[in-house]
Order: sequence, then C-alpha cells, then structure tokens
Amino acid sequence: MSAGHEHGDDHGHDDGHHHHKETFVTKYIFSQDHKMISKQYLITGLIMGFVGIAMSLMFRMQLAWPGESFPIFEALLGKWAPDGVMDADMYLALVTIHGTIMVFFVLTAGLSGTFSNLLIPLQIGARDMASGFLNMLSYWMFFLSSVIMVISLFVEAGPASAGWTIYPPLSALPMAQAGSGMGMTLWLVSMAIFIASSLLGSLNYIVTVINLRTKGMSMTRLPLTIWAFLITAIIGVISFPVLLSAALLLIMDRSFGTSFFLSDIFIQGEVLHYQGGSPVLYEHLFWFLGHPEVYIVLLPALGITSEVMSTNARKPIFGYRAMVASIMAIAFLSTIVWGHHMFISGMNPFLGSVFTFTTLLIAIPSAVKAFNYITTLWKGNLQFNPAMLFSIGLVSTFITGGLTGIILGDSTLDINVHDTYFVVAHFHLVMGISALYGLFAGVYHWFPKMFEGKMMNKNLGYVHFWVTAVCAYGVFFPMHFVGMAGVPRRYYQNTNFPMFDELTDVQILMTVFALIAGLAQLVFLYNFISSIFYGKKGPKNPWKSNTLEWTAEMKHIHGNWDGPIPHVHRWAYDYSKVDENGEYIIPGQDFVPQTVPLQEDEEELQH
Amino acid sequence: MTTLLIFIVLVLVFIAIWQMTRIFELSQLKTENSQIANDADNRNNGYMMFAFLIFIYGITIFSFWKYTKVLLPESSSAHGADYDYLMLVSFVIIFIVQTITQALLHYFGYKYRGETGKKALFYADNDRLEFIWTIIPVVVLAGLILWGLYTWTDIMDVNDEDDPLVVELYAQQFNWTARYGGADNVLGAANVRMIDIDRANVLGLDESDSYATDDIIVKELHLPVGRKVNFKMRSQDVLHSAYMPHFRAQMNCVPGMTTEFSFTPIKTTAEIRQDPDVIDKVKRTNAIRAERAANGEDNSDPWEYDYILLCNKICGKSHYNMQMKIIVETQEEYDAWMVQQQSFGQTMAAQ
Repeated sequence: MSAGHEHGDDHGHDDGHHHHKETFVTKYIFSQDHKMISKQYLITGLIMGFVGIAMSLMFRMQLAWPGESFPIFEALLGKWAPDGVMDADMYLALVTIHGTIMVFFVLTAGLSGTFSNLLIPLQIGARDMASGFLNMLSYWMFFLSSVIMVISLFVEAGPASAGWTIYPPLSALPMAQAGSGMGMTLWLVSMAIFIASSLLGSLNYIVTVINLRTKGMSMTRLPLTIWAFLITAIIGVISFPVLLSAALLLIMDRSFGTSFFLSDIFIQGEVLHYQGGSPVLYEHLFWFLGHPEVYIVLLPALGITSEVMSTNARKPIFGYRAMVASIMAIAFLSTIVWGHHMFISGMNPFLGSVFTFTTLLIAIPSAVKAFNYITTLWKGNLQFNPAMLFSIGLVSTFITGGLTGIILGDSTLDINVHDTYFVVAHFHLVMGISALYGLFAGVYHWFPKMFEGKMMNKNLGYVHFWVTAVCAYGVFFPMHFVGMAGVPRRYYQNTNFPMFDELTDVQILMTVFALIAGLAQLVFLYNFISSIFYGKKGPKNPWKSNTLEWTAEMKHIHGNWDGPIPHVHRWAYDYSKVDENGEYIIPGQDFVPQTVPLQEDEEELQH
Repeated sequence: MTTLLIFIVLVLVFIAIWQMTRIFELSQLKTENSQIANDADNRNNGYMMFAFLIFIYGITIFSFWKYTKVLLPESSSAHGADYDYLMLVSFVIIFIVQTITQALLHYFGYKYRGETGKKALFYADNDRLEFIWTIIPVVVLAGLILWGLYTWTDIMDVNDEDDPLVVELYAQQFNWTARYGGADNVLGAANVRMIDIDRANVLGLDESDSYATDDIIVKELHLPVGRKVNFKMRSQDVLHSAYMPHFRAQMNCVPGMTTEFSFTPIKTTAEIRQDPDVIDKVKRTNAIRAERAANGEDNSDPWEYDYILLCNKICGKSHYNMQMKIIVETQEEYDAWMVQQQSFGQTMAAQ
C-alpha cells in the first residue's frame, strides 16, 4: 500500500502545482477529470431517465384507457399511433426500451457511473482516477451507446420490442416481430458498446480503490459508499462479459446463420434451417448478468444511503463491519441465483430447488442491512435534508419490495405469479424506486460538491420527495393485487379477458399516481437546472460530514486538493462521539472529520 | 364518473403541493435563507414521516379492502391447495415484518427528528443485536425454503403413476392447440419439419407413426375432473408460456424442446361457476359489461365464468390475445365430447 500512496503524492506534486492550460474541449468535452466525467454521466443519465419515464407514462395511459385516442400519442409516436391510438407493436417497444433505458442507462451508468466517478477519488484521497484516459473513454462509449439506443427509436420498422430481456427466438427473427429487424440490431450494438464502457469504468474503479488510497485510509476505514462502488465494480466485471457473449452469439444467430439459441422453428409458412440451439441457454447467459445487474443497480444506492443516513442522523452507521460483510455476501450470492428467473423455463426442476435455496439466502444480508439502517436512526438527531428523506424512502421501498421477493424466490410460489404484474410491482419497488431514491439522495447530497458549492433548493426537494414517495406506493402497491389476479405483464390491453374487466379501476388509479409522480420529477428537473445556474453557495462542508471530499477545494481544480493530499486518522463515522465526560471529541462540534488525528485518551473502535 | 374522480384527485394533489410549499416557506421566514435543514424543517418532515407511516398502512388496508375480491378464486387443482396455503403463510410472515419494520423506520424518523443542541447517541455496534436479527431470518427462511422445496418437488414430479391423461399443448403466434393421444393415450411423434399446411398437418405429426393416427387435435381444452393430466408443451416459433392461473400451473413452451407440467383438476367448470366468490365476480363483471352495452361500447356481451389458458411470455404483437378456453367436466361429458372429435388419421384420409 505504501508504494501506492507515495505514487499518489508524487502525482499530486505534478498536478497540484502546474496548472495546465485547458481549452473548452479538454475542460468540458473530452475531459479526463473525474469530477467533470461524473457530471457528464449524471446529465446523460438524467436525460435518458426522462425519456424512460415519459415512455412509462405513455404505456401506463394505454393500460388505464385501452384503445383511447390521445393527441399526445399522435404527437410523440407519429405513425405508431394512428388517430392517437397506440399500436400494439409500439406498446411492446415502449415497454422494452423503458426497461433497457432505466436499468442500464439510468441506474447503471447514471447512478454508479456518476457517483463512482465523483466519490472514489474524493473519498479515498486521490488526485484522480487511476487512468483518466480510460475514464474518459468509458464515458464517451456510454454516450455513443446512448445515442445509438435513441437512434434505434426512429428506425422504420420500429425499435426493439422483445422485452428488455430480448429472449430469442422472438428477438432473433425479424418475421416474428417488426422490432426484431434493424431495431434489434441497433439495440445489440448499443448494448455491446455499453458493456465495453461499463467494463472500462469498473476496472478503473477497482484499481483506483485498491491502489490510490491516501495514507491512513485502510480498507476498514473506507466510507461505505466506496465499499459499495468497489464491490459493484467487481460484480460488473464478473458478469457483464457474459452478457456480451450472449449478445455476440445472438448477433451471430441473427446475421450469420448460426444456431446457438434457435432450433426447430416454423414461422410464417416455412421451416427455418436452425437446428440444435436452445433458447434456454440464452436465458442462462442473460440472467447470469441480469441478476447481478439488479445489485449493480442497487448496491451503489445502498452505499449512498449509508453515507447520507449516517451523516444526517449525526450518528455512526450501525454495524459497519456487518454492512461491509452484507454487501459482500449479497454480491457473492447475486452471482449464483440467476436461475430464479427461470423456474418455469423448462430447465431441470432440480436446478429450481438449488436456485430457490441460494435466492432465499440473499434475504439474510438484505435483512441485516435494513435492520442496521433502522438502528442507525434510533436515538439520532435527524437532519431532514432532502437527501436524508430519499435515504429513508429507500429503506422503506427496499423493505416493501424486498419482502415480496420471498414469494418470487420460492420456486413453488413463483409458478402462479411468474411474469405477472406481481413481479413488476416487486422489482420496481425493490430495485427501480429504491435505486432511483439512491440516485436522488446522491444528487441532493453531493450537488454542492459537483457544482462548486452551489446548493439545491431544499423546499422544492421536500415537495419532490413527498409527492414521489406517495405516488410510488400508489402505483406499485395496488399492482401486487393485479398480479395476483393473474394479469400477465406485457399485455397491450386486458380487454380480451372478461375476467380482468373489473381491474380497470385499479389500472386507472395506478396510472393517475404515475402521472402525478411524473409531474413531481419536473419539480426536480427545474430545481436541478436552476440550481446549476442560480444556486446559492453554501458552506464548504454543508452537511457537516466527516469524509474527505468536503476537505477538497470547493472550486474544481485538477487534482482536487490545492495542497498535499490529506491523511486519514480514523473511520468516516465519528459522529457525536464523546469522551468519558460526555463531551464531544472536538468541543462544540458533533463530528470528527477523518483527517483529525486521534485525540489523547481517545479510543479508536476496532472496525 | 372516473374523469370526475381523476379531476378531483389532481386538484387535491395540486392543493397539497401548494400547501406543502407554503408550509415549508412559512417555516423559513424567520430563519436564515440557507438550503440546509433547520429545526423547522426537521419538525415538519418529522411529522410528515409519521403521516407517511399512516399513509402506508392506509393504502395497505385500502388495497385489501377494495381489491381482495379481484384475486383468483380457490385453486381448482389438487396441488393448488398446498400452493395457496404456502402462499398464505408466506404472506402472513411478510405482513408481520412489513408492519413492524415500517413502523420502526418511520416512527424513529418522527421521534428522533433533529433539534439544535440535541445530542445523538454514539452507538456503532452491538454484536448480540446483530446476531439476533441475522439468526431470526435464517430460521424463518430455512423453514420456508424446506417447505417450498418439498412442495416444489411434489408438483414438478411428472410421472406416469395413476394412469394420467396425456395432452400436448402446442403454441404458435398467436394461438393454442391441444392434442390428445387418442384411444391408446400415446402422442404420435411430431416435429415442425413435418408440418404440411396444404394437407392440414399443422402440428407436424409423423403420418407414418401409428401412434399419431388416433391423435385428436382440438382448439378447446377439455379435461375430465379428478384425473391427473400430464401436459407436454411444444412451441413452433418463439417462446410462449402456458399459464393456467386457476390451476396454479405454468410452464414455458420452448421451440426445440418439450416441456412438461402435471396437475389434477378437481372442480368442473359447472362447479366453479357455483362458487360464491365466482358468482359475485361474474355479477360485478356483467354489471360493467351491461354499462358498456348501454353506452354502445365493444366488449359488452354478458360473460360466463370459464377456466382459461393464457400466454404469459412475450411472443409478439398479439401476445395480449393468445388464449384457449379450458373446460373441466365429468368423465361422461368428456367421453361424449371426445367421440365427436375427428382423429388425425380421419382428417388426413378425408383429404
């Protein structure tokens, strides 16, 4: 380790004292500075997020008022909504692209990309990422893949519409579905580039955390955010390549006549030549990434929550070691549970038993995390900044959504709710909403760090949170009942089944909540943009936080700290720590930054 | 009516947002204009935390009160009773945990809202406490896992005991076909490569296979009550999923392989129509449909309750309308229906 930080110091001498002349292009576009790259990630992610949310609002409207004509459909969908009535193919395309964008572009790149880039160097005390160039490359590949994904929306035959899981043969055969032509080709190309971007990013994060920690920053003194980003990057490196191989094999099946995933197909009056492949193989490959992916999405959000909650509760995070252990346990288990998406795929039922076992095990570290968060609040002095509200909101939806996982993870119970709205409700609460809350918590909390001390308006933040929180439950709580009534997902309309007639009321209720939630995001958008330009500058360490990023210069300089890199003497969670007489360690101040050496007689907890 | 309701909800929401902004603003007037939460913010949001807890309970109670009736009726298959019981027990556990943890989370949010000068408790670790809440989930989950696995193994054990009826469910974009083994109860060999549309051999049966000759191919699934049915699923084009929610049964149909599921129907269609819950549901649904008829809208014919087979794996444009009616009847009715059907051999010979 010593070699590592010495290198960091040397590097610091270089950068700290010679200011390069920067042009507009090197500063704002092809920047290699992690702070700028993190802003690029965030803004790209947010733009994609608004596209994804707008799509969900449109198909929610179709579900609530099936076959109704809406001028907005005609305006936005053009020929896909003749007379303002949404086309069935377009419905599937919206569902597919909504899923893809939200999971990969918003919650993987927008969340993990933004905050790993911003916080890893700042919180471990490094001048920048291990490789600024790879980091820049990672962002621009992400940007390219976003552009390709957006372009795919405008393809003549329509964008990919086989569901975000793009199971072949549906996704492989253009004659099975209009969207499986050019739209799917672009989808695959976009995702292949995305995966490359994600790998470059992840490798960089891992190397940076392992090698560039400042003096005194042992692994057990790392803030939980960094732990979460590190483990996330590791599972990304393990599982994303498998998705790449699945995508490549699918590209070969589509374009070069191989039969990895296809066999015995008769479609539109002719037998195809494919022989010997298996769609189930694709499902295995996809979910080998697909399941860790939900933790790639969620773990950074949990890391952010740990940090934000501890800071705003003015209390150490409860059970630091247990939190780290549960992150690792979740990460490890996440790579051996993929089969729970495939209980009824036709794979051997014995495998189903194994995957039930591993899946339900994940509930244990998850429960530990939830309890630890709750205990962190206990006897705190809670500062309800918007970021804190979103963190508490995350724990709430994480519990509500996580509990129904006990139903879905049980192969027996999965039989009748598999692929119904029950699943949709479950994963939206546990990973969609929770991870979004994590993203918002991060944005509100580190906005001053990103935009040189400017702060977001807290009142708009409160409105944003409470409206969103109410609507999130309003949409997804009743949805469980729809699923348990047997309504399958990805149905363009439910009117062909009289048994679902009386569910229209529920659909309308959910859609109204969804529309209101959509409006609430505009409040956030306004707050975000206006604060970038007109936000009031706050103090250097607005949340009175212990971590290193708040010791860095407010003004963004390359190298983060003007002087030498600070050294670390304690863990990140000495909030409200008192000596034997019940006095704060630093008189009059309820927090002890990591840079403050241990005081005389002060006991360092063995974390 | 709905439009009015939505309008009212929207108006109320806007009033709520406006009021909330006002409250937050008013609470700011006296203090410095900082974007960091002050005592007033902590107090307001603390109260909101408590209100939100009530909201969560409220929406839970509302959903149960209002939507329990839309859930599926009691299972109509033999294994379904086990399924429903395990589901019930899991839900009881979930709701206990949900009620307690949400209460703690939001109550702590309310109770420990910040105040200037208040001291938080430095409380970083407690091994015993953590041990307790690790071990409780371990025990509860171990129980659920074992119980679930036991039931799963039971359900997924597709065997030939008790003389099961063999039925093929054949999926294609966007409809279902069922094939019975005929008198010998054995399905003839088949492959999509043998499909001959011109000769109406749509399932690709091997015409030279003697087992295939007496196979019966139908578009409506009839099952005799009380006899185990072994389903063999096939698909000719993309993935489909044979979902029979009333029987707690589902299995994907995968091109290139045959998948299996097995259950014993225990209630005839006539019997389920007499179920009080089902009678109520039909009444409610037909009221909705009568209203549509009065407004001259589509989809307004009176409805009779039926078991149904749905496609539950995205399969293309008309995925939302890929269904087949299932009729469970007495052995006599089933036999009477069966003799009316043409066998594959007869269809071929008629060409």
